[in-house]
Amino acid sequence: MGPHSSPRHLDKTTLGFFLVQVLTGLSSAASLFLVAAGLSLIFGVTRVVNFAHGSFYMLGAYFGLTLVALFGDWFGRGHLSFWSAILCAALVVGAIGALVEMTILRRIYRSPELFQLVATFGVILVIQDLALWGWGPEDKLGPRAPDLRGAVFILGQPLPRYDLVLIAAGPVVLGLLWLLLNRTRFGILVRAATIDREMVGALGVNQAWLFTGVFFLGSFLAGLGGALQLPKGGADLLMDFTVLAGAFVVVVVGGMGSITGAFLAAVLIGQLQAWGVLLLPQSTLVMMFLVMAVVLVVRPFGLLGRPELVGHGRQMLDDPLRPTSWRFKGLVLLLVLGLAAAPLYLGTYGLVLLIDILILALFATALHAIIGPGGLVSFGHAAFFGGGAYAAALLVKYAGTPMALNLVLAPPAAALLAIVIGWFCVRLSGVYFAMLTLAFAQIVWSVVFQWGEVTGGDDGILGLWRAPWVRGRIAYYYLVLGCCVAGILALRHGLSSPFGYALRAGRDSPLRAEAIGIDVRRQQWAAFTLSGAFAGLAGGLYAYSKGSVFPNEMAIVRSFDGIIMVFFGGVQHLSGPLAGAAALTWLKDSLLRLEMWRLLLGLAVIAIVILFPQGIAGFLKQRFGRFVGIRSELSS
Amino acid sequence: MTTRRHLIGLPIASLFAAALVGATSLGPTSLAAETIKIGDINSYTRMAQHTEHAKRGMEMAIAEINDTGGIGGKMIELISRDDAGEPGEAIRVAEELVTREGVSILTGTTLSNVGLAVASFAEQNQVLYLAAEPLADAVTLQSGNRYTFRLRPSTYMQAAMLAELAVDNPAVRWATIAPNYAYGQEAVAAFKAIMSEKRPDIEWVGEQWPALFNIDAGAEVQALSAAEPDAIFNVTFGADLARFVREGADRGLFENTFVASLLTGEPEYIDPLEDEAPVDWLVTGYPWDIIDDPAYVEWLDAYRARFDDYPRIGSIVGYNAILALGAALEVTGGSTDVEALIEAMRTITFDTPQGELEFRAIDHQATLGAWVGYTTLIDGRGTMRDWYYAPGADYLPPEEMVARLRPASD
Amino acid sequence: MTGGPVLEADGLSKSFGGVQAVRGMSLAVAPGELVALIGPNGAGKSTCFNMLMGQLRGDAGRVRIMGEDVTGWPPRKIWRRGVGRTFQITQILPSFTVRENVQLALLSHQGKLFDVVTRARRAQSDVADALLQRVGIVGFAERACGLLAYGDLKRVELAIALANRPKVLLMDEPTAGMAPAERIALMELTAGIAKADGVGVLFTEHDMDVVFGHADRIMVMHRGSLIAEGTPLEVRDDPEVRAVYLGSSLDPEGP
Ligand SMILES: Nc1ncnc2c1ncn2[C@@H]1O[C@H](COP(=O)(O)OP(=O)(O)O)[C@@H](O)[C@H]1O
Ligand SMILES: [Mg+2]
Repeated sequence: MGPHSSPRHLDKTTLGFFLVQVLTGLSSAASLFLVAAGLSLIFGVTRVVNFAHGSFYMLGAYFGLTLVALFGDWFGRGHLSFWSAILCAALVVGAIGALVEMTILRRIYRSPELFQLVATFGVILVIQDLALWGWGPEDKLGPRAPDLRGAVFILGQPLPRYDLVLIAAGPVVLGLLWLLLNRTRFGILVRAATIDREMVGALGVNQAWLFTGVFFLGSFLAGLGGALQLPKGGADLLMDFTVLAGAFVVVVVGGMGSITGAFLAAVLIGQLQAWGVLLLPQSTLVMMFLVMAVVLVVRPFGLLGRPELVGHGRQMLDDPLRPTSWRFKGLVLLLVLGLAAAPLYLGTYGLVLLIDILILALFATALHAIIGPGGLVSFGHAAFFGGGAYAAALLVKYAGTPMALNLVLAPPAAALLAIVIGWFCVRLSGVYFAMLTLAFAQIVWSVVFQWGEVTGGDDGILGLWRAPWVRGRIAYYYLVLGCCVAGILALRHGLSSPFGYALRAGRDSPLRAEAIGIDVRRQQWAAFTLSGAFAGLAGGLYAYSKGSVFPNEMAIVRSFDGIIMVFFGGVQHLSGPLAGAAALTWLKDSLLRLEMWRLLLGLAVIAIVILFPQGIAGFLKQRFGRFVGIRSELSS
Repeated sequence: MTTRRHLIGLPIASLFAAALVGATSLGPTSLAAETIKIGDINSYTRMAQHTEHAKRGMEMAIAEINDTGGIGGKMIELISRDDAGEPGEAIRVAEELVTREGVSILTGTTLSNVGLAVASFAEQNQVLYLAAEPLADAVTLQSGNRYTFRLRPSTYMQAAMLAELAVDNPAVRWATIAPNYAYGQEAVAAFKAIMSEKRPDIEWVGEQWPALFNIDAGAEVQALSAAEPDAIFNVTFGADLARFVREGADRGLFENTFVASLLTGEPEYIDPLEDEAPVDWLVTGYPWDIIDDPAYVEWLDAYRARFDDYPRIGSIVGYNAILALGAALEVTGGSTDVEALIEAMRTITFDTPQGELEFRAIDHQATLGAWVGYTTLIDGRGTMRDWYYAPGADYLPPEEMVARLRPASD
Repeated sequence: MTGGPVLEADGLSKSFGGVQAVRGMSLAVAPGELVALIGPNGAGKSTCFNMLMGQLRGDAGRVRIMGEDVTGWPPRKIWRRGVGRTFQITQILPSFTVRENVQLALLSHQGKLFDVVTRARRAQSDVADALLQRVGIVGFAERACGLLAYGDLKRVELAIALANRPKVLLMDEPTAGMAPAERIALMELTAGIAKADGVGVLFTEHDMDVVFGHADRIMVMHRGSLIAEGTPLEVRDDPEVRAVYLGSSLDPEGP
């Protein structure tokens, strides 16, 4: 693009172009703001980080689609029909949100944050399948808003008419929310609860209904966001996760619980997207998460957030670590022997599953060390699992190093990543820690996803051939068995060492830990790094087991899988992750071929959160622990 | 409280029951010896508008084969799995199909990154893989391997088909927009190379790379118009395409701008646009209702009678994929020995509604072609005008190119 | 270490928003001396403790441990200078056994917090048991701390606080929630340790029997300021103190 082409290029720098670009950014901020405002509101009052919020957005789009068509048939395709359909869609979604609150979340407000996060994840799965069932798998193109086709011209530059609606929607909703929060009794209670949840109870207000009301409002906003974007796009089954990542960035950047903050952040992100596409067309995702990281380094609680709104729920107590009885050791030995003999009695596919289970068990055990003994819910551990996998794959691709070396180097590579991410994250705790780890995992994911020249992007890295001595499945199975058993035992041992004790002390009582000379954050940082290393080993093994690596190995869903395994197994028990990995892999494998397996899995997750919070290992310990000489003391 | 507990316990109980049923009923079937199992991997929950019809095409071909006594006395059995549009998931189900179901032939697959992943899996596990839909050149070139064959015309071939007409357009300033993964990148690279070779005066003034299925259409269209192109080469498809078309139309991007666009004439992608379908774009596609070749029309009638629906390009792809595999199995006498199958695949010619096809031995690329023409609106519905069938054999990558790009192996 | 005060504070001040919780507090504690800090609820005692221990950063003032200025240090560093602490609301590690609570403090004292090789359970269990013996709960060594009665937890805290051979003990309401007989016993124990090891003890307490029975010196706070200081006898007769406490309860044995 030399100077000879400049006459035509003058346009690019005109005020008109600049203005339209800004307005485009503002219009794409609208939906994001609506979703984020709802998320922030719900978090502010109930302290629940509602992962299902993206699903409410998706439902808003689908219901909008249906209702616009329905109302169109009934009342003609006029303005009134269209806009009332959009509003009704949002109301329906609000009602669904309220229902979710009343049936599920109400039971677990006093549980640790982890339980709430896991429960809302269960809701995501349920809604995914219900949407698939209700609307089918095809992507749906959204209906046009009446009379809003075409563009208006701003200083000679076209801007779609509908963008004007979206641009107005943000400030209008912000204004209405302000009125609601500052001029009504409901609003005053909401604000009071945001500042101090206990205070509301003291005011003699029916807290249950306040929470339900807030869930209704928050979900309504998400639904509205989904329905409003219809004329710009449509509805598809990926919308929930796509918007979730963006909404979290907005909420975290704006400050959790602050609606004005969400607005500012949405505008910021919208502009970033609009200009980013122009300047760096291939790194839009990375930039969004980078901005978030920068904001958080400067202001750990976001632009307008308040420090530590942490409303810790009831802490679940672990049993003290007791010396393992001979019977228990015998049991473990039997298990390992049974696993070692697996090729004798399992078919090839059984081995394939077993390899998955072992690798995931190692991953889950590593994650559990941070969640259980560490007391920090990491929602971004996929970054280290995927980090290890990619380290191995990149080494193959660029250095051609042999498998054994790559497997050795995968853990340190993942640990390096964990050192950097951990440095930012351990400064926070509770849900802030969870959000931040999620955000950093997304940065890593988006770099891998968008830096195609190096990482292969969406296409992944293929052709990871195993070394000849483990080319066969059985041979590789033994390698995995060896690595995973050694890794899991090493992690267990680490937790019973002074290092592990000091980590656990920081969770049990940060005040006491500091008062006996423990630098809690440093301990957590080191543990986070170690945990990352083991997750990286699991990732490396996984890469070679599949023969290829894809960005999905570090996506949100993989992190969720880890959390669910830890949770299924029982957070308070060191043997939990193994049980959880086996249960999840087996469940998925058996359910996957049934229609609506996500629905079943989601219901299982929710039911377990509510009914069996002690998990599989906890259950086994209660029932059968005495046979191997262990008993429940504090847990249960 | 206890009753409530039981009530909520129900889903768990039924879940585990379901899991058990799932685990037992789906073990290896006892019919294993009687049937030839073909593993079908497709993005059933992600690209349903295409894959649903691909499956119908496969089912129709299988029914036709089985109705005439199967192959060597054995029936063909299709085992379908969803890859959700994720290559990692595709590898997982491929592994399951091979190790649990015992299939030795894989086919289907929709997205190019999925196709490349399965190709790599096929090589590592030594199973035959017929990539029915994936278009990326690498499937048969850079990442080509002896176990992988491809049915549809590749991005290079389709880009060449478009370029043939596009060079005649006076446009000099070209911009491109493509999803940022294998298929999009290769399509842009191929189109650019062919065009620049024929028209050295062309200036490439902008490239946009939206993430697949996650386009920010407003910003992308703004960015494209900022480049002030005379012509645009588009590779987006599906939901991305719909958003791009709508936003581009609103913002006047396509006024006085020539557009060449891959696949946009296929019913999968043009039908959902309804009356917003773009007009006068140069596209590859499938004008299913106006093709009048007798062999095709006979097939069309049979298809419509069977499914009470019109075919999509997926239907043709699925149908022809099974015909190809059937022809190869006919040669091996129903044996699924992978070496015998590879040998057969390289030598067969098979009759399809699109005429006689074969796989070129040097790169395993089939000679299936595509329809090329311009989009138009008739009765509020997008279709093609001035179209013709471009036979794949005429657009295959030159042998020199294959020799240069495809890793040596037989 | 030449017989000077083990703990000194000068002009400590702290305000929360508009509330001046502590203003210009100065104090000194000599080795082996038991100093009681008393005052009504909200007087600023805990805030004062928190500043001494580094939990809170004061607005003004300095803190010295054995002559070394530790103002602004974090609690863990101050602990390493030899300051043990018990909390008004006990802070123990509920998911550890009683012995492990003490062992961890011992391990920390030895700088072994990053040891991933040995088993923490095996570390110095005899030393830990000796400490538990000293505070009288060695019988509970194997129990999970989360299962202990409140009074016993106070003893665990004391044992933990003694693990690094402190020169200073800061005890915020060490006997709150205990039965009266237990309180006397615990303070007797503390006094014995203080005298034997030359530990300076600063404690707050609401039970006047405990205060007047064990403190060598008493400091009285009111609304953030020190209003009186002296021997138990001097303090008891101070009219301002009497006014603050509105009479009766200052007399240990009654009139
Ligand atoms: N973290 C805090 N934030 C605000 N005010 C505080 C805080 N901690 C203590 N205060 C206030 O400081 C004053 C002194 O409290 P405190 O030191 O706990 O008194 P004491 O321990 O003597 O009962 C009280 O008015 C209390 O409300
Ligand atoms: Mg106090």
